[in-house]
Amino acid sequence: MASILFFLSGLAVIAAWWLSRQGLMSKPWLEAGTTDDLPDTENSRATPSKIGLGVFLAVVGSFFALFISAYSMRMQLPDWRNVPVPTILWLNTFMLVLGSLALQRGKSSARRRDMHELRVDLLAAGVSTLAFLSGQLLAWQQLAEEGYRLTGNPANAFFYVVTGAHGLHILGGLVALGRTSERAWRQQDSEPLRQSVELCAMYWHFLLLVWLVFLGILTGWGGAFIDICRQLLT
Amino acid sequence: MVDVPLGSTGAVASHPIDDVELYHPHSWITKYVFSQDAKVIAIQYSLVAFSVGLIALVLSWLMRLQLGFPGVFSFIDANAYYQFITMHGMMMVVYVLTALFLGGFGNYLIPLMVGARDMVFPYVNMLSFWVYLLAVLVLVSSFFAPGGPSGAGWTLYPPQAILSGTPGGQDWGIVLMLVSLMIFIIGFTMGGLNYVVTVLQARARGMTLMRMPLTVWGIFTASFMALLAFPALFVGSVMLLFDRVFGTSFFVPSIVEMGQPLERSGGSPLLFQHLFWFFGHPEVYIVALPAFGIVSDLISTHARRNIFGYRMMVWALLAIGALSFVVWAHHMYVSGMNPYFGFFFATTTLIIAVPTAIKVYNWILTLWRGDIHLTVPMLFALAFIVTFVNGGLTGLFLGNVVVDVPLSDTMFVVAHFHMVMGVAPILVIFGAIYHWYPKITGRMMNDILGKLHFWVTFLGAYAIFFPMHYLGLMGIPRRYHDIGDMAFVPASAHTLNAFITVAALIVGAVQLTFVFNLFWSLRYGKPAGGNPWRATTLEWQTPETPPPHGNWGKELPVVYRWAYDYSVPGADQDFLPQNQPGFTSTAPGGLHG
Repeated sequence: MASILFFLSGLAVIAAWWLSRQGLMSKPWLEAGTTDDLPDTENSRATPSKIGLGVFLAVVGSFFALFISAYSMRMQLPDWRNVPVPTILWLNTFMLVLGSLALQRGKSSARRRDMHELRVDLLAAGVSTLAFLSGQLLAWQQLAEEGYRLTGNPANAFFYVVTGAHGLHILGGLVALGRTSERAWRQQDSEPLRQSVELCAMYWHFLLLVWLVFLGILTGWGGAFIDICRQLLT
Repeated sequence: MVDVPLGSTGAVASHPIDDVELYHPHSWITKYVFSQDAKVIAIQYSLVAFSVGLIALVLSWLMRLQLGFPGVFSFIDANAYYQFITMHGMMMVVYVLTALFLGGFGNYLIPLMVGARDMVFPYVNMLSFWVYLLAVLVLVSSFFAPGGPSGAGWTLYPPQAILSGTPGGQDWGIVLMLVSLMIFIIGFTMGGLNYVVTVLQARARGMTLMRMPLTVWGIFTASFMALLAFPALFVGSVMLLFDRVFGTSFFVPSIVEMGQPLERSGGSPLLFQHLFWFFGHPEVYIVALPAFGIVSDLISTHARRNIFGYRMMVWALLAIGALSFVVWAHHMYVSGMNPYFGFFFATTTLIIAVPTAIKVYNWILTLWRGDIHLTVPMLFALAFIVTFVNGGLTGLFLGNVVVDVPLSDTMFVVAHFHMVMGVAPILVIFGAIYHWYPKITGRMMNDILGKLHFWVTFLGAYAIFFPMHYLGLMGIPRRYHDIGDMAFVPASAHTLNAFITVAALIVGAVQLTFVFNLFWSLRYGKPAGGNPWRATTLEWQTPETPPPHGNWGKELPVVYRWAYDYSVPGADQDFLPQNQPGFTSTAPGGLHG
């Protein structure tokens, strides 16, 4: 369970930092306000949607961290046989990076109110993400043909389940991206779209990060890290 | 003590309202069925959760009938008994308690108490309820599925949960259970995002975090915990579903079933337990923290005294929230994990008793020299403190590995967790409903019926669960359909079991007075006015009762003080609402505790 605890400690640090700025040491019973010294609500300046997505990403993060925890616990058992990493995964990773970069560019296009650029960026992001998903399906097919079926070994099962869960999250993101793009083609002004594009970019970056972590574990590069975590716990 | 009179109250302009931001329902359907108003959603959540609760209550009757009078009811065979256990446990913990505290009270109270018009994402909030309802329907449908519901025990431990010897294991039962849980978690996530972001973003002007009522603090912390803990159940459910449907071996080890070796091998049942309890233990506090918060407010209001140690209460809530993520394996002392883990988890478990004890002390010190009104909500709140202390103390027994090992499979554990996680939170739910019913409906609930409900429930719950500890210490095992005549079981144990069953039947039946009271008072209850308890928090200061859509009329409230200005010396009333400016109490020495 090291991965999830590691992830949650990260969240705890953020929460502690945030709480430390909320006046937890104040003595509200001595501070009844008059109309002159009304404290600000101290609500954050970020929009609710952005905070909402941030909290949602914490949920998604703990979901994947738990999968990785389960993965690292299960792989210690003797029947574990690693899955070979299909070469196409590298191409897929490249596609997902492209998608993320395109949305990052879309953010600045929207800020510059460059509607034409924005449309190109959104399209590029959509196409490269679809390429990523098709690439993942090809990887599944390739593995299945080589005999690495779902029930063959827990390593296979984990590969299919985690890539599947990640793919479903990407698919959900594509729905949001599709709606944003549809608005981008209907409207002339990019200002109302800015927030949607920013949210999409945030989501894409996060799912890219999740994918890179999983890829690292799959290729064994993450193994060294997991070993360190395990030693810390035991 | 300085009285600073000011020319006019509400002299500060509140945030202007953007009318476009408000969603206005236009038809009966969008107002009462597919409503995006958090208050309507709250009532929908509560009604569904109550219905599930009644089903789960009947299931507990059936179990008790079997235990009290074994062999008398031929339709309760071993399979049926395990199905009742499983469904009773899962329904009560997830579909009743979590849904009521967060979906019910969270939706109703958060926007009103922080001075918002509604949740920040009303549409998602509405979806949350309908997804929850779908989860309930899927779960209940398993009663009618071939093979009946799962009989795996509410913890659903593999491998037995998905083997053919377990009811529902190779039929529909376990599949429907897992699918229903996954749907529930998706629905909860939608709601949970709302509860958290509304507290973060939609507080009224002047409502700093440290001015929030403890109810909001409790629900806020619990929602955040639930958002992070439920994924563990989700991941466990996905993997168990794959094991059951596709034949993977995440959890299923090499096993011989009915003389036939299964194709699977190598899986780790312990892995599931880790995932399950990584959700399961925070879940205890997901239910307890809102209860803690609500009880603090009930006690303060009905004792006419500010809460003692408000800051400590907030810190303790946060500390409990954080610690509850590192105690999960104390549910697994007998599972065969590394003994050093047991040592670690026993330590964290005992540490979590410290902030919890701080809260209990603060409640008692709030009552000390208070002007205690023994209203029905107050009776329930007081009963909660007693019950929680009882259940908490046996928790200290079970938190120690050497004590837990012999007691773990006995009725002692059943008694412990029903006290601390069953009876205690449900007492708070009742107290809270008697307390907020006047705001929700504009009428008071009947007092005499309420007191009858309280005394029978409170004393009856003790008649059920106190003797159960004793049965456990005698070594009466839990999870047994029929304990039969074992040498160590004296005849008196059977008599005691029969007594417990009779008490359970009575306590169950008296809940009907509560249901009757709910509906009767809707029409015949005394008109309550806007603030019958003379309480300080914002929900009692709405211009209309029951509050209409948008809660606050033209202007949002502005908050000038914390939520507990009761019996402030020098004030002309014994309470100062949070939105009343002008009266500062800056007495040296902090009279407010």
